[in-house]
Amino acid sequence: MTVAAVPSRVRRPRRERDGDDTGVSARRWFTPWLLIAPGGLWLLIFFILPLFSLGRLSLEDGGLSNYSTVISDNSTVIIRTFVYATISTVAAIVIGYPLAYVIATKGGKYKNFLLALVILPFFVTYLVRTLSWKILLFDGGPVVAILQSVGILNDNQSILGSPFAVVSALTYNFLPFMVLPIYVSLEKLDHRLLDAAADLYSSPARAFRKITLRLSLPGLFAGTLLTFIPAAGDFVNSELLGSDRTVMIGQIIEKNFGKEFFRPELSALSFMLMAMILIGVIVYARLLGTEEIA
Amino acid sequence: MNLPNWVRAFGRISLWVWAGLGLVFLFTPIFVTILFSFNEPTGKYNYIWNKFSLSGWTDPLKYPELTDALIFSLKIAVVVTAIATVLGTLMGLAMVKYKFRAKGMIGAILILPLTMPEIVLGFSLLTLFVSINWSRGFITIIIAQVMFSVSYVATTVRARIRGFDWRLEEAALDLGASPFRTFRKITLPLIAPGVVAAAMLTFALSLDDFIITYLNSGLDNTFPIQIWNMKRSKIPVQINVFSTALLVISVILAIAVVVGGNRRSRKLAGLTEVSGASLNS
Repeated sequence: MTVAAVPSRVRRPRRERDGDDTGVSARRWFTPWLLIAPGGLWLLIFFILPLFSLGRLSLEDGGLSNYSTVISDNSTVIIRTFVYATISTVAAIVIGYPLAYVIATKGGKYKNFLLALVILPFFVTYLVRTLSWKILLFDGGPVVAILQSVGILNDNQSILGSPFAVVSALTYNFLPFMVLPIYVSLEKLDHRLLDAAADLYSSPARAFRKITLRLSLPGLFAGTLLTFIPAAGDFVNSELLGSDRTVMIGQIIEKNFGKEFFRPELSALSFMLMAMILIGVIVYARLLGTEEIA
Repeated sequence: MNLPNWVRAFGRISLWVWAGLGLVFLFTPIFVTILFSFNEPTGKYNYIWNKFSLSGWTDPLKYPELTDALIFSLKIAVVVTAIATVLGTLMGLAMVKYKFRAKGMIGAILILPLTMPEIVLGFSLLTLFVSINWSRGFITIIIAQVMFSVSYVATTVRARIRGFDWRLEEAALDLGASPFRTFRKITLPLIAPGVVAAAMLTFALSLDDFIITYLNSGLDNTFPIQIWNMKRSKIPVQINVFSTALLVISVILAIAVVVGGNRRSRKLAGLTEVSGASLNS
């Protein structure tokens, strides 16, 4: 009877129809659409439509030459942005993976408490967090003092304004986004697989590589995206902690978005940022192996 | 396999130490935020520790522009949470409970905002508002924040209610309950924990968001935007006072919800088990 109520043009594969036990309300084919309509329309009008509007604007006046102009004018900034985002993502993996691993596999009854500590930074607003990072790196602050006493920094050298300040702040701000998805994927890990590997004379290192790491790839993938994407689009960290030497793409958009005349090229720059990130995501998914991701 | 024991012990200890350092890395700025709310800055900028003082806490409302911005932020967060939670929950429900054409596409549209840099989302929305000559302010901030929050809510609700036994609804209807009563007595309690979690997340995201909001705010200032505007003139200790207060309130609320949620979910689990057993028999 479920099938009978569905108009013929919405024929679904037999497999799905047979396994359809989603309940009485599924008899009405339009019920899901009623549920989706309000949120869906909101996304359509205020998310999809603006992307087209941005794309159209980016081609105004100069057409595709807007893109070549914006790329040649900002090539250093574009390369720098992606280098910073890549370094902070790798740093977030190096710091975040072991942390997620320890919490997920050795956390025991403190698991939720440790996880809460990872989430805690979200309760302080992003800008204030970044300002606190600035306090830590400030001239005369603890980090500078330690590095000077060890001799890594000269007495009159500072950290603020340097690429290190910006990259470390990016790493810090987006680290929880790396830890949480990795934690989720490691938490689901079946420990009997590791026992089996040990029984079959696999070394712990090999078992880690072949089982733990492999099964946590979806989490690593999600974490990388959630770190890399906001880092590549950010302007707050380099504005508050950087200098002229550390300008990122986001800053160029932020500095100019009020000026009418610059809009088409600015749109081209943001469209390009989005396209480069999408391409990066696809390449990265291929590298990791898409089957594991899905 | 054939590594000496002390090497393994060393490896284990360094793993713990490294993870501990990771936590310290995450936690230190939060500690600094709290600590510097008790500072008495020497100049206009609260960047260097001078001496312990309660001046910020005894005079939190010293900068009306900061207080106003915080109140404005809280207003926005309430409205955004209300709208986005409803819209997102409905979408999440549809994605879990029903099979329909274009489900894959809807799923992709839901995920897409999460895979785009905020500056692109914010800037593209701004170009839309500019092209139709819509002046920016309260309404456009709400629109922008609901736009990215809907995805978070739908994803959270979807993950939390997957695999529920929806036959309970059927049973209620068969036993003569009205659809509304069924929704109130069965559906709502089942999805409530997921919805509450999503609402809390939305509230936090709304207060936290800077980039998208900033691009679409016009002359209205949320708390983060006000701080951004102040960054070249002064960074007063009150910023840290408000942030610390918000942190403490959020932590208390989160604990209350988790503790309350545990009690509820235990009750619900019992209900589901009993009814599940009777449905199966």
